[in-house]
Amino acid sequence: MSKVLPLTGNEAGAEAMRQIAPDVVAAYPITPQTELMHRFADYVADGVVPTELILVESEHSAMSACVGASAAGARVMTATSSQGMALMWEILYIAAALRQPIVMPLVNRALSAPINIHCDHSDSMGARDTGWIQLYCENCQEVYDNVVQAVKIAEDKDVLLPVMVCYDGFILSHTVERVEVLEDHEVKEFIGPYVADRPLLDLDHPVTYGPLDLQDYYFEHKRQEAEAMRNCKPVIQRVAGEYELLSGRKYGPFDEYFTQDAEHIMVCLGSAAGTAKAAVDELRDAGEKVGLLKLRVFRPFPAEELIAALSHAKGIAVMDRADGVNSIGGPVFSEIRAAVYGHSSAKISNYIYGLGGRDIDIDMMKSVFQDMKDGKYAEQAYYIGVRE
Amino acid sequence: MAIKLKELSHRESRVAPGHRACAGCGSIIAIKEVLMAVEQPVVISFATGCLEVATTIFPYSAWRVPYIHCAFENSAAVMSGVEAAYLSLKKQGKLPGESGNKDIKFIAFGGDGGTYDIGFQALSGAMERGHDMLYVCYDNQAYMNTGIQRSGSTPRGAATSTSPAGRVIPGKTQFRKDLTKIMAAHDIPYVAQSTPDRWRDLMTKVQKAMEIKGPKFLNILSSCFRGWRCEPQESLEVTNLAVETRFWPLYEVENGKWKLNYKPKKHVPIEEWMKLQRRFQHILKPQNKHLLEEIQRDIDRRWDELLFLCGEEAGPKPEQS
Repeated sequence: MSKVLPLTGNEAGAEAMRQIAPDVVAAYPITPQTELMHRFADYVADGVVPTELILVESEHSAMSACVGASAAGARVMTATSSQGMALMWEILYIAAALRQPIVMPLVNRALSAPINIHCDHSDSMGARDTGWIQLYCENCQEVYDNVVQAVKIAEDKDVLLPVMVCYDGFILSHTVERVEVLEDHEVKEFIGPYVADRPLLDLDHPVTYGPLDLQDYYFEHKRQEAEAMRNCKPVIQRVAGEYELLSGRKYGPFDEYFTQDAEHIMVCLGSAAGTAKAAVDELRDAGEKVGLLKLRVFRPFPAEELIAALSHAKGIAVMDRADGVNSIGGPVFSEIRAAVYGHSSAKISNYIYGLGGRDIDIDMMKSVFQDMKDGKYAEQAYYIGVRE
Repeated sequence: MAIKLKELSHRESRVAPGHRACAGCGSIIAIKEVLMAVEQPVVISFATGCLEVATTIFPYSAWRVPYIHCAFENSAAVMSGVEAAYLSLKKQGKLPGESGNKDIKFIAFGGDGGTYDIGFQALSGAMERGHDMLYVCYDNQAYMNTGIQRSGSTPRGAATSTSPAGRVIPGKTQFRKDLTKIMAAHDIPYVAQSTPDRWRDLMTKVQKAMEIKGPKFLNILSSCFRGWRCEPQESLEVTNLAVETRFWPLYEVENGKWKLNYKPKKHVPIEEWMKLQRRFQHILKPQNKHLLEEIQRDIDRRWDELLFLCGEEAGPKPEQS
């Protein structure tokens, strides 16, 4: 039995955290993540959750404390945004490589400079190669659903990698939507109890975490980490299947919206997918064969599945809410183009949009489809919605 | 409780032999003493540094206790996570292993680089939050692991690889940061200084810290013969002289009360300490006499201040020459 609540993205994240009831949460405030932690701090103060909440002096220490608590044997969560995650950078890699299944809502916000508090994906896209699993959300329902699933994915014995649940700052974090929430006991049973592998606090079996790994072992350990990321794919699918049975909501590595017979397909992730769907609806009504592919799982990158879903298209437009600042294009574009290379004759172009919270509307989305229809493709990214 | 040498000799070291610390390393002696003084079950964390490197080259580990190393600047933050996990799992009855009801102690270690400098924020934060842990700094007065670069703890005048004694600049131009005092200013229950050559003092302080709930800080001056350019067999003698010259006073601050643990009987000039260490050899040259005097004045001033804080009478003054 689920109930329907009016929740912002941050409240949906906090509600999932209440039900997960992690043993330890370590966090530091940053806009727009703050309200999530305010609400969770209420749960701690009211004794609703047994969590030890460590209110650290920086995000660097937040992630460091998470690594310590996770290695100790606790189920651990944190949340951050933008500069906060930039400060965690060093420890993001360590959390993943020490194979600690930490779950972190990442409320997407533009990186400085110039300083800006609004949404883009420069923060999480920069962290795409840290060894974290990344799930992206279109709406507040997906925030809730992905946070719950993230715990089960991270803790799977074939995975043991941290998960970042990315959702758009303000656009989702501060917008109230209709969210279906599971019963507390359903979430508890779904994620199950956490049994840590070789915890520090098992004094009868002392372990050494984080030794120095030189030329003779480092490579093998990194290879194992890469293998764990590959192992994630079936686990993410299995968890999604179990979650569908429980919630009735279906999740995959991506969602396909009128793509099967589409000649022109847009690829995007995050809340802009909602706007893109509205554009597809209007164009479909006008008889145009257009579709949208909305990425949910960016790490591990679902290359094989994407090839199957995209290779029939004549044109593909990839939307990036982060600029590569590399004179080529954004990160989603680079990966999509690399994935379909040799598998498709589709032309592919890239659009950088929405940096620093700049709105993107239905007309802009339609103009991208129009470009494809007009055969307008470029080697370098187009910028959309910016004053040149 | 009193520490008996005979008993200690029968106690198994929690650092196994075969680690790769240099012969004559003062830090490994200090850490052995710290852990030998702890009778309770203990979990430790280390900052990146000499001892982390020397004790855990995969697939080997010298640690007979649970150990975690994460990065350079976060030993205190990592340990605050471990301690919070312990509190959470304990209250939920979910502690792993047979140790479910044991009273576990937590000790975070770092060198002076990982403590005075890059890890200072994490240390300050962890102490302010009141975690039940002891933070131990093994202070060898420079970034020894990366090749003897100057740190916030390097004393004025000392030559390091980034503050060399050059033709124009005579070693480090700044005085050292007094971290122990800064930690005392955090108003935590226990702060102390010691050295490994004063093993009874050091171990008594560790035992005292283990009996006190909340955050504790212990700063241990430990020599590095490579960086100090002394003889490896003098690694304890050199820290002994740091105490006798009042460069490194033995004292503790318990619940705000300052106590001097040892008062040298006579005023031993700082050059006696410096003579053992070639990192100071340029300071002892006649043309740098003014520097030596300046360094001595600084030590005397800090010592007088400490005596005042400890409610002690002023000690013997240098003989007029």
